[in-house]
Amino acid sequence: MQKQRLVVVGNGMAPGRALERLFEAAPDAYDVTIFNAEPRVNYDRIMLSPVLSGEKTFEEIVIHGDGWYIDHGVTLYKGHKIIAIDRAARTVTSEHGVVAPYDKLIIATGSVPIIIPVPGHKLAGVLTYRDLDDVDAMLLAAKGRGRAVVIGGGLLGLEAAAGLKQQGMDVTVLHLMPTLMERQLDPNAGYLLQKAVQARGIDVITRANTKEIVGTDPALGPPRVKAVRLDDGTEIEASIVVMAAGIRPNAALAKDAGLTINRGIVVTPDMRTSDPDIFALGECAEASNQVFGLVAPLYEMANVVAAQLAGTSDAAFSPSATATKLKVTGINLFSAGDFAEAPDREEIVLRDAARNVYKRLVLKDDKLLGVVMYGDTSDGAWFFDLLKRQADVSELRETLIFGQSYAGGAPLDPMAAVAALPDEAEICGCNGICKGRIVSAIKDKGLSSLDDVRAHTKASASCGSCTGLVEQVMKLTLGDAYNPAAVQPMCGCTGHGHDDVRRLIVAKELKSIPAVLQELEWSTSNGCAKCRPALNYYLLATWPLDYRDDSQSRFINERVHANIQKDGTFSVVPRMWGGLTTANELRAIADVVDKFRIPTVKVTGGQRIDMLGVKKDDLPAVWADLNKAGMVSGAAYAKGLRTVKTCVGSDWCRFGTQDSTGLGVKLEKHLWGSWTPAKVKLAVSGCPRNCAEATCKDVGIICVDSGYEIHIGGAAGLDIKGTEVLGHSTTQEETVEIVAAIVQLYREQGRYLERIYKWMKRVGLDSIRAQALDDTEKRAALVARFALSQQSAQVDPWRERTEGKEAHEFRPLADLTRLEAAE
Amino acid sequence: MNMQHSNWIDVGALEDIPKLGARLVKTPRGCLALFRTDADEVFALDDKCPHKGGPLSQGIVHGKSVTCPLHNWVISLETGAACGADEGTTATHKVRIEAGRLLLDATSLAPSSAR
Repeated sequence: MQKQRLVVVGNGMAPGRALERLFEAAPDAYDVTIFNAEPRVNYDRIMLSPVLSGEKTFEEIVIHGDGWYIDHGVTLYKGHKIIAIDRAARTVTSEHGVVAPYDKLIIATGSVPIIIPVPGHKLAGVLTYRDLDDVDAMLLAAKGRGRAVVIGGGLLGLEAAAGLKQQGMDVTVLHLMPTLMERQLDPNAGYLLQKAVQARGIDVITRANTKEIVGTDPALGPPRVKAVRLDDGTEIEASIVVMAAGIRPNAALAKDAGLTINRGIVVTPDMRTSDPDIFALGECAEASNQVFGLVAPLYEMANVVAAQLAGTSDAAFSPSATATKLKVTGINLFSAGDFAEAPDREEIVLRDAARNVYKRLVLKDDKLLGVVMYGDTSDGAWFFDLLKRQADVSELRETLIFGQSYAGGAPLDPMAAVAALPDEAEICGCNGICKGRIVSAIKDKGLSSLDDVRAHTKASASCGSCTGLVEQVMKLTLGDAYNPAAVQPMCGCTGHGHDDVRRLIVAKELKSIPAVLQELEWSTSNGCAKCRPALNYYLLATWPLDYRDDSQSRFINERVHANIQKDGTFSVVPRMWGGLTTANELRAIADVVDKFRIPTVKVTGGQRIDMLGVKKDDLPAVWADLNKAGMVSGAAYAKGLRTVKTCVGSDWCRFGTQDSTGLGVKLEKHLWGSWTPAKVKLAVSGCPRNCAEATCKDVGIICVDSGYEIHIGGAAGLDIKGTEVLGHSTTQEETVEIVAAIVQLYREQGRYLERIYKWMKRVGLDSIRAQALDDTEKRAALVARFALSQQSAQVDPWRERTEGKEAHEFRPLADLTRLEAAE
Repeated sequence: MNMQHSNWIDVGALEDIPKLGARLVKTPRGCLALFRTDADEVFALDDKCPHKGGPLSQGIVHGKSVTCPLHNWVISLETGAACGADEGTTATHKVRIEAGRLLLDATSLAPSSAR
């Protein structure tokens, strides 16, 4: 049978999904040709925000790689915009002159950003936020720093603002309405959102009516954006302007072809346009007098188009409620349904001002009509399910607002909550995947990893915010067979992963390495060089008062408190608090270098002085001399606090906003001596110019006028990663307290050798913030536990050894060279 | 002195080496590392990893093996051979324990003819 020719105009997420479904249902029915105006494959547009903020790369958000098109015999024209449809001849023509005949045509031209036609809107530097090219343009602009003005405080505008801020720009958001995201949030949640956005250092101006975009003087070269002027005369400097005021369906091509157009391309419930051989799909389509911008209904449309093409003529699209989430790391909000006030509606509201939690349910006739949640959105899926099913909630009403855990008095257990969800409950809102579908995919196809589940069901494969739920469904379905975290045993000596070992050390009160090896049934008599240092750390961190450090389970550097070099000599780094030193210290270092003929002296990246090539036997004498000048071990060898790097701050610098050096010294004095899963490096910069490079440290502090921005999770080694903002504090004391809480949490949760950025990736920034910053009770408990362990940790190991501890380490057992010579 | 008796040199007490630890003996041929296992066996090896000459005496001792501190090669204390996929062997020396004293066979310790 001759295959029919299917031509697709547009290569976004909706037609991509339609083709996937079509290939599943009728793999050989069509020869498919796609024309993509963008010069690339199909990618996840929802995830552009993480690309902008630097949390993901483009490669990570590709949905269909080139291989997919080859595998399915699809001809993809990249960078070919279709300029005409000839419905009589049944062909389309691209701007490069390619003419393709079709039997069936899908128009999926998406939407175009609304450009507010104020004077200056065509200036260089006015950008939109729609596709990867826009993101690239913004990233390029962000390199020049300066200020970005984002026009529009909706979903896209706020995501763009957060991304640009994270890329180092100053950002102002202009929003025409009184509160942010007014279409998805009620004014209360909008207010909380505004506060959270402002806490990240993003300026927000509401009721801001842009009057003009001001350009640079044309006499000074091609004009570009200089400022934005509001109708009240306010002028805001701007090096770029991002228009994020909304989108409208891109229906021009269809209109030229004579198809029926209203706001978008009008389609009947079977997704056909006024020409039955032409479908319209995605943001360009208008169904039931609505146009759509969120992915869930667009994917539903895609399913209908695929079914129709495969011959299921009764497949029909009916728009249903959709839920919204903001993809800005650290801001949790959720909204669904209709939450406007009306006389026949009732509402239930929960506010917890201290925790910035706000929840509001709108009910009508004992059914949930709308949900708005800010701060704590964990029950979003449950509420959304009740809403979509139009379930009668009269029985639950008294505790409804507290979420699923309280419905029927069930314990506060997230697993139980997921277990209680019915099969039809939606888990992945983006892709419309319900619990039952995930469960059956896992069972039928024998899936065991999250990646497998994503590949087969698409659940959590778009924005990813339901990943936790999907993992819980997997856990429920697979039981113990699903172990996402501990896939890796600690080492060849045991089947236990790091987390299990830590848990069992606490549960069984194991307080020595032999006890662990015995009770947890190690397969080797005394472990190996991988597990013993890890166990030593876990025991030390768990039982700070009871456990006696086992030096034979320490890597040599930590055993002798110096760094081994390739020739077996050692390097010695004294502590210089916050990078400060004195003439006396430098003189003592110079004397030591002379006295012990130390071959190399070098300044380290952490603002310390490194003496390299010290013979092991000389170490105690070297330390004694350094001790005499008041210096202690710099722990340059430790899986522990290494250095706190600082700039000169307000003491000297004309830009300094706070005493960064002083804060650095305070932090170092507070944290030194602590053992951690892997090394910990800090920095404190006195202003956002960030001369101390705090944004690539494990924990970084950026001083600002209003206090201290606390950053976490940077890396500048094998991996390079900028920090993320944990929060803000107003005093040095509070900052020290929060950092201590972070370090303690890391000490308790981090796997041995897992740096802070990897730990953060595993547990999530939100969970760290919740415990070390937001929940003051938990924070205080962390700080107290840290203080307890510091009692025994803050002892200079050099002094102990100059006083004779472990003297055997530094002396040979016997010297037979002289003996032989004597004979 | 009688050669047969003088082969064994007393280099110290068993207790001088920490369990799962090592001490150095300096000889005209370079340093030897004496290792003590958890079960109080003692082994003597050249203090040189067959890989890049790393000081084995500074490694972590486990079972009858030591892990080199430089690149984590695991060397058998009994044979001096690298374990696993790595290849190479470090010279071993005879050592015995008598009444808590460590006796090292000195016959292999004379200055090598090359020197």
